[in-house]
Amino acid sequence: MTATPTPKLDPANTHLLKEYKHDSPLLGCRFDPSGQFVFAGAQDNRIVRWHLDSGKKTLLEGHKSWVRALAFAAKQLISADYAGRISFWPADADAPKPARTLDAHRGWVRALAVSPDGQTLASCGNDHLVKLWSIADGKLVRELPGHDCHVYNVAFHPDGTHLVSADLKGNVKVRSWERERPAERELDAKILHKYDGGFLADIGGVRGMAFSSDGSLLACAGITNVSNAFAGVGNPLIVLFDFKSGKQKQLLKPKTPFQGTAWGVVVHPSGFVAGVGGGNGGMLWFWKPDNAQDFFSLKLPNNARDLALHPDGKRLAIPFFDGAVRTYSLEPAPTPPKPAPPPKPVPKPKKG
Amino acid sequence: MLCSYSCGSSDHSLSRRGFLGGALGFGAMALDSMMQPAFTRELQQQQKRVLMIWLNGGSSQLETWDPKPGTDTGGPFQTIATSAPGVHISELLPYTAKQMHRLALVRGLNTAEDDHGKGSVIMHTGRRQEPAMKWPHLGSVCAKLLGDRDNPLPGYIHITPRGNGGVNSEDAAFLGPRYASVALSDGHAPANLDRPANLSANDDQRRHEFRTHADRKFLSSRRTAMTEAYTQSYEQAAQLMRKRDLFALDKEPPAVVDRYGRHDFGRHCLMARRLLEGGATFVKVSHSNYDTHHENFDFHIEQVGEFDRPFATLVEDLHERGLLSSTLILVASEFGRTPKINRNYGRDHWSRAWSVALGGCGIKGGSVSGKTNANGTAVADGQVHGGHLFHTYLKALGFDSKKNFYIDQRPIPIADPKASPIAEVLA
Repeated sequence: MTATPTPKLDPANTHLLKEYKHDSPLLGCRFDPSGQFVFAGAQDNRIVRWHLDSGKKTLLEGHKSWVRALAFAAKQLISADYAGRISFWPADADAPKPARTLDAHRGWVRALAVSPDGQTLASCGNDHLVKLWSIADGKLVRELPGHDCHVYNVAFHPDGTHLVSADLKGNVKVRSWERERPAERELDAKILHKYDGGFLADIGGVRGMAFSSDGSLLACAGITNVSNAFAGVGNPLIVLFDFKSGKQKQLLKPKTPFQGTAWGVVVHPSGFVAGVGGGNGGMLWFWKPDNAQDFFSLKLPNNARDLALHPDGKRLAIPFFDGAVRTYSLEPAPTPPKPAPPPKPVPKPKKG
Repeated sequence: MLCSYSCGSSDHSLSRRGFLGGALGFGAMALDSMMQPAFTRELQQQQKRVLMIWLNGGSSQLETWDPKPGTDTGGPFQTIATSAPGVHISELLPYTAKQMHRLALVRGLNTAEDDHGKGSVIMHTGRRQEPAMKWPHLGSVCAKLLGDRDNPLPGYIHITPRGNGGVNSEDAAFLGPRYASVALSDGHAPANLDRPANLSANDDQRRHEFRTHADRKFLSSRRTAMTEAYTQSYEQAAQLMRKRDLFALDKEPPAVVDRYGRHDFGRHCLMARRLLEGGATFVKVSHSNYDTHHENFDFHIEQVGEFDRPFATLVEDLHERGLLSSTLILVASEFGRTPKINRNYGRDHWSRAWSVALGGCGIKGGSVSGKTNANGTAVADGQVHGGHLFHTYLKALGFDSKKNFYIDQRPIPIADPKASPIAEVLA
């Protein structure tokens, strides 16, 4: 008997694994660190948990508005809503109830991040603030002002020393977060923002943000080339930064024209970047950091609204407008068993 | 015969000269003979005025006046209590909520028209668009019914966020361009209000006397509505030049400017207050833009957030100046937006169940007319359309909305005869 070869991760193998359905559009999703569950925030103010293997669905109720921001600290799910509240839940309880709820921001909380040591939570929102919280007791550690518009995303650098926050206007601020101090430097993702003079309104923002696992790359996702803000006429774009220099390394675009927004991005440990878009349908793209155009894409069945990477690195989860979370495998699809050969004809008995 | 000054185009850059031209044109037949004498007298009441806030593109009733949180259509925003007991509105309107006891809501509006242009016609004229008949805008009707011939200000002033200023004669329809809207682009005063530097006051006066003399001679033999309007428009322009300070927002204390907000809509609301205080009959302020097929919620945070404070400040200031009881306020759009949230977080055009806000003169503060169902997809009670609103505006201003204009002795109902005022919101 020969050993099964280790599957090679090639995005060109990406295929649908499973579909988990809810009856309200979904906004964001994350796998829990154990890899057993996928959680998604919905437009009905609920969080939905699905057990990946059994498909068992559990509703987490308690938020008063839409939930897009989800994060984990050990076995705690931390969620935030558009009413400014952050809730802590036991992620694997049979019927999770909020263990703690914070009135965290004035207006929407747009994103959450947990520090690499699991001790500190960062949140950001429409009150132009980034806030740091002690995960142990839920107390506010400090506020980090500095943005002059809605703060759309926040992330800790993997080395734990720096915090990055990004806003509607594409300003990406980098600062040491252990003391209150102004941003040390700014990265320029303003290509993801436009003030539409026709409609007299701002459009854009950093809708998805992710570091590579070694912290060398930072990816910011959003919309660019907007010609009609109120119809969403624009193109998805991921601005990939070399974090050390702060310079744009690449502008990652779809090879085939697509109208809409890049809502989610991950930088895979093996080096490629994955992003999803929603607008005129849904798409999943894969790029190599040195090439502006995707090397593989997959048309999705609906508008995608976020992207999460499973802890095993082999699966992606995408929440959709149609209320489904769909998981996709990066491994080759199992080869269907070969059909059994037709039975040999039974030789006729010889006469005589 | 067209006056040579009059281009009749809404693109015409408004200058003093343009203003003169706009007051003429073919429709200078805007005669008092359109009104029966008794009715005319009835209309010459105490000075009343109108403030119309136009939320261009179609604002969402669910993110303003008729929120439905916790439903499949409600979106992410919460409701807040207001100064009117029992009345809740969107959390995006915290300043307006404090003025709600001075405002009224019509929540049962069904205008059954999802096209921008046609919806705008309904909301400005109280009638559906007709191929054979153009109806005058509310602003033109008010300029006609409430206006004072000696008022140096145009009867229907439209403060627009951008574009060229100018006269839009079509707004006045059969009332004639004397009652047409005059657009003040970005709230700026008409150009050329100041006497040219190379023209001395003495020369200007001599020029004026010469023109008056020529006019008098001409009028003695060929007096018509048009020639009267021509002469009167010069007088009005001269008076407007003397009231140029009305347009000088820099004369406002910085604290007042701060209260309104240092952005375009804030400036425009402050300008509206100055104009209303200065005797303007009808001031429309457009705020752009609410046509949010994409990202409805982010855009409403931005747009309604910008609307809220200046509007509430304006209501408060009108009250403090004793003008609110004689100033009708209305906040309207072409239509509302779909309860259903589309795949791009947007809401589309929706006229079947939406809302407008009213206030001030003749309006019962804190009242609500009509009701939509639990998730806002249909009117459940008190359904009205644009015709009812038009009657309500006129009734609130003290007019019998069932009366007629007369053109060549032919009665033309001022408001849609099949509709009637909305009693629940009238004081």
